Amino acid sequence: MAPQLAITLVFFYWPAGQALYQSMLRQDPFGLRTKFVWFANFRKVLADPAYLNSIKVTVVFSLATAIVAMGVALLLAVMAEKAMRGKGLYRTLLIWPYAVAPAIAGMLWLFLFNPSIGSLAYLLRSLGIAWDPLLNGTHAMILLVSAAAWKQISYNFLFFVAGLQAVPKTLIEAAAMDGAGETKRFWTIVFPLLAPTTFFLLVVNTVYALFDTFGIVHAVTGGGPGKTTETLVYKVYNDGFVNLILGDSAAQSVILMVIVIALTAIQFRYVERKVHYG
Amino acid sequence: MATVDLKDVKKVYPSGIEAVKGVSIAIPDKELCVLVGPSGCGKSTLLRMIAGLETISAGTVAIDGKVVNAIGPTERDIAMVFQNYALYPHMKVYDNMAYGLRNRGTPKDEIDSRVRSTAKVLELSALLDRRPRELSGGQRQRVAMGRAIVRNPKVFLFDEPLSNLDAKLRGQMRVEIKNLQRKLGVTSVYVTHDQLEAMTLADILVVMNAGLVEQTGAPLDIYEKPASTFVASFIGAPPMNLLALTGSSSGPILADGTAIDFAAPETQAATLGFRPEDADVTFNAEALPGALVLPATVEAVEPVGAESFLHCAAGGSRIVVRVSGRANAKPGDQLRVVAKAEKLHWFDQAGKRVD
Repeated sequence: MAPQLAITLVFFYWPAGQALYQSMLRQDPFGLRTKFVWFANFRKVLADPAYLNSIKVTVVFSLATAIVAMGVALLLAVMAEKAMRGKGLYRTLLIWPYAVAPAIAGMLWLFLFNPSIGSLAYLLRSLGIAWDPLLNGTHAMILLVSAAAWKQISYNFLFFVAGLQAVPKTLIEAAAMDGAGETKRFWTIVFPLLAPTTFFLLVVNTVYALFDTFGIVHAVTGGGPGKTTETLVYKVYNDGFVNLILGDSAAQSVILMVIVIALTAIQFRYVERKVHYG
Repeated sequence: MATVDLKDVKKVYPSGIEAVKGVSIAIPDKELCVLVGPSGCGKSTLLRMIAGLETISAGTVAIDGKVVNAIGPTERDIAMVFQNYALYPHMKVYDNMAYGLRNRGTPKDEIDSRVRSTAKVLELSALLDRRPRELSGGQRQRVAMGRAIVRNPKVFLFDEPLSNLDAKLRGQMRVEIKNLQRKLGVTSVYVTHDQLEAMTLADILVVMNAGLVEQTGAPLDIYEKPASTFVASFIGAPPMNLLALTGSSSGPILADGTAIDFAAPETQAATLGFRPEDADVTFNAEALPGALVLPATVEAVEPVGAESFLHCAAGGSRIVVRVSGRANAKPGDQLRVVAKAEKLHWFDQAGKRVD
């Protein structure tokens, strides 16, 4: 048997099977009695308003994070390309945040924007904005998206810089002689040719926002205030490890797995068709 | 439609390298000017300065009498055919050709009629819905031409447009470009390192070397009267035979000591040249007054079909003689190379022509 298949079996299929099995069990909080309940957990979870809210939160959070992280990274990459001097320094500085662990990045943003001690929160308030991520759900979401996007910008930036360098210079010159101004050149020539990079990053960023942001959510808001920033992944953790409703939690992770498979399939099926690889 | 005037144009890169060291060329309306020279001679840089893709360090570039130094490539109304064609890979052939017209706000139906008529001229009508990667090299080249033609610009620029094609296709496209350019009557600047392309295409030929113009003129004038040893060895295939001379009291002597039995036009002549086709070979030993006669040893014979090239060692150099049909000489043969006196070219110490 191929070793990679063995690894997949041990580290993916086995735990996935376990999750599937556990999602059909109901257990008391002390783990003394277990009952096989078929799909009762799924029915319960999908009927739970808190879970539906969590789906909404996740969609908003993931879309906003992916769009902000990719948009800002593209802008920075275009500017880095145009920079005449200090290109290397500029790039190095922009790549640094990637080396910061998610929880630390979360703490950083939390302190900067903490309503009572945050220096940037103070600045916002002095500008007349009633900044309060501890009580205002929208503010909490903005803070969370900023922290999560900030973390991912470096990664996207690297790929966009590489993508921009791969666009042949003569194409841009040809477009210039064809009468296209700088903005027009970007949107009609450079951006379409970046499509493979953008598509790749779209997949990576969506997966990142969905799964790799647990640390940031945990550090920045802990899912609050109320449940306004409780993403699906965070709810799996909360229900399973904090509230010890293991059956529900397992059912949620199975649903999450289905969502990921579906998302990836959709992305490859429909988005990739419109992508031009050279 | 437009004249192109270069006045003392210079290009100095920030690193201090002087790529173009003061070039002046006047291209009359509707003529095709070919810039030819070895790689690194500054011909492409010069073309890119006309296009507006490189800044001009000194001097002026004027199109239609108007200095365009400060005008960007977008507003110069120039079309360029790039060496790698630079077709937009994500657009169909139709959109590639329509792109420039759309950017200039041409009405939709006019774009359509112009693209279709240009495609017809270039036999691209059946390919309009394809993408560049689905085309052959020759077809891509045509699309690049079409993209330039469809806009009806003031000036065409060609940057070695044929160098990515195979030899046969290159020959065909050369003729087509010439015909098209004449038919459309658009002033053109064409850069190439291929002297055959340069000779056959040019109305005005500009031979460049190391950032400077060596000679400007009609191709055949340059061929017949090369202004320097550089031009003589660059234009013509095989190139002109050049023999170094050393002076003596009795007259010029070749490097290997062979005396020349008639006088050079100037005593300071340092190099003697003749074209491979202006010489012949003979096995006879009769006296030939009024001609340059060199004892030679055949080193190699290249039969090409209609003609043969004899590579010989003579006068301390290697020379090539063109004979028509089959050559009756073989490597190792001793013979005499004969060139008529009026077909000889003389150059001075600096390599400049003396008459």
